[in-house]
Amino acid sequence: MARPAPQPDPAVDIEKQIATLEAGSPSEADREEIERLRGQLEILRRTPGAKPSGDAWEQVLIARHPNRPYTLDFIHALFTDFTELHGDRRFADDPALIGGLARFEGRPVAVVGHQKGRDTEQRVKRNFGMPNPEGYRKALRLMKLAEKFRLPVVCLVDTPGAYPGKGAEERGQAEAIAYNLKEIPKIRTPIVVVVHGEGGSGGALAIAIGDRVLMLENAIYSVIAPESCSSILWRDWNHKQEAARALKLTARDLHGFGLVDTIVPEPAGGAHTDPPGAAANLKAAISAALGALTPLSMDNLISLRHERLRKLATFVIE
Amino acid sequence: MAWFRKDKPPLKAPPEKRVQTEGLWVKCESCKQIVWKGDLEGNLQCCPKCGYHFKMTAPERLAMLFDGGHYTEHDAGLASSDPLGFHDTKAYRDRLKQAQNQTGMKDALATGEGRIEDRPAIVCAMEFRFIGGSMGAVVGEKITRAIDRAIAGKLPLIVVSCSGGARMMEGAISLMQMAKISAGLARLDEAGQPFISVLTDPTTGGVTASYAMLGDLNIAEPGALIGFAGPRVIEQTIRQKLPEGFQRAEFLLEHGMLDAIVPRKELKGYLARTLGLLSRS
Repeated sequence: MARPAPQPDPAVDIEKQIATLEAGSPSEADREEIERLRGQLEILRRTPGAKPSGDAWEQVLIARHPNRPYTLDFIHALFTDFTELHGDRRFADDPALIGGLARFEGRPVAVVGHQKGRDTEQRVKRNFGMPNPEGYRKALRLMKLAEKFRLPVVCLVDTPGAYPGKGAEERGQAEAIAYNLKEIPKIRTPIVVVVHGEGGSGGALAIAIGDRVLMLENAIYSVIAPESCSSILWRDWNHKQEAARALKLTARDLHGFGLVDTIVPEPAGGAHTDPPGAAANLKAAISAALGALTPLSMDNLISLRHERLRKLATFVIE
Repeated sequence: MAWFRKDKPPLKAPPEKRVQTEGLWVKCESCKQIVWKGDLEGNLQCCPKCGYHFKMTAPERLAMLFDGGHYTEHDAGLASSDPLGFHDTKAYRDRLKQAQNQTGMKDALATGEGRIEDRPAIVCAMEFRFIGGSMGAVVGEKITRAIDRAIAGKLPLIVVSCSGGARMMEGAISLMQMAKISAGLARLDEAGQPFISVLTDPTTGGVTASYAMLGDLNIAEPGALIGFAGPRVIEQTIRQKLPEGFQRAEFLLEHGMLDAIVPRKELKGYLARTLGLLSRS
């Protein structure tokens, strides 16, 4: 699998970042960042190849593992002829949400996905995988392009969430997400969604509506990050483990609720221990999903998609 | 040896003689004046001195919009099943019970069907006192059922939002309600029925990022806080203070996100007029 430049030792880099943050007088945001980095250290210091215990917090750490394959890694492993397309035709191009055309098993498809950065420079360029409204508008534009040419769409989901920034609010972050949620159900071409890392709330959901939803074994999908949940409900950062368990955010949980169709197995120890192995499993799962969707008529596909969304309900009548 | 000797016992405060006024008066958050609650109620919960819009309860909102305050409530019995068995410092079930006792509602939204200046309509109103007006499976299902009714009965739909966003205690199931409702609104589009979204203070998170921003008309009450992320989160992220008025209704109007800002007193008339303009002949 294609990989960026070999990592020296991510643990050393992370320790340095923590030291820098702690040296100043850390703000609330800094403390959150320190918490996140500590989590990464925790997982890096584990024995490589150790079988994950299945605990929710550990799943969070694996899903955010700095060596986990990112969207572009999967794109290069799963597709050929990948041709990136840029821009939302309204304001800008968003490097945190990428997309383009490619071939999957020889067949032309469209692909969109959140992109995180691996080193400091890339992380800043990719805005830590947190899209601005432009990203969501570009994704929808590419889906409509795919519809015109009847190309299936593959969505690769891996984001901490949509970017909570000033410009994002000014340019309608909420509207961009909302509009995708209304328009994607209408797109007349098969859509396969893969949650392969972090499924961070509305920022993930905005490209995660489809006919099949696959989730990697160690990926997470949640309405809120466990750290933020801890800070709101427990009023401090120290209950992130409990929050992770309470939120029921693992692939197995989501599958149990019927929100995810297929759990894609990862190599023992997690996708970061064997990226080509993880990609091979994912390729087989996407192939099966597209195989099942392709024979359906468009009318049938759209009505099944609506039915699927309509059924997302759980309540009691008192 | 004491220089002073107390011959008399110290003076004691007289027993409580104050008149109990708690609950009768409130302080206006905007002009800081003390306002009698009776005046607020007679003025659609707006400050008689500065016009500041206080939050309305869902039943007050429905009564205010429908002719004569009359409407038929739908799906009032839907309640959360606590799908995650969620616990934080408190069990979610207990939080639900507490909110139910406080509001007399099963969850954070009420749906009414009635007439607005003689035009039949369905209105969903969110209840902020119910866990911050948060959206879980019940809110999602009730709005989707309201959409279904609007399509079946060829009726316009109005949703009055007042919410902090998706409900954490129902995890990814809350999140999916954004998708369910938005897909429902796509069906409402096809049916050609109007949807007016009324955004009130505050409307944030997953509610803004789904149905609240998807109206044929998006209108807001003056001064309402409307956004995707909360201001505190943004300030922490960008490490700057946000300017005065950021994410207020007036800011959103300026940035092209709203069709209009409508004061509460004019809301009913505005809705009736625009529904008239949007009806298919």
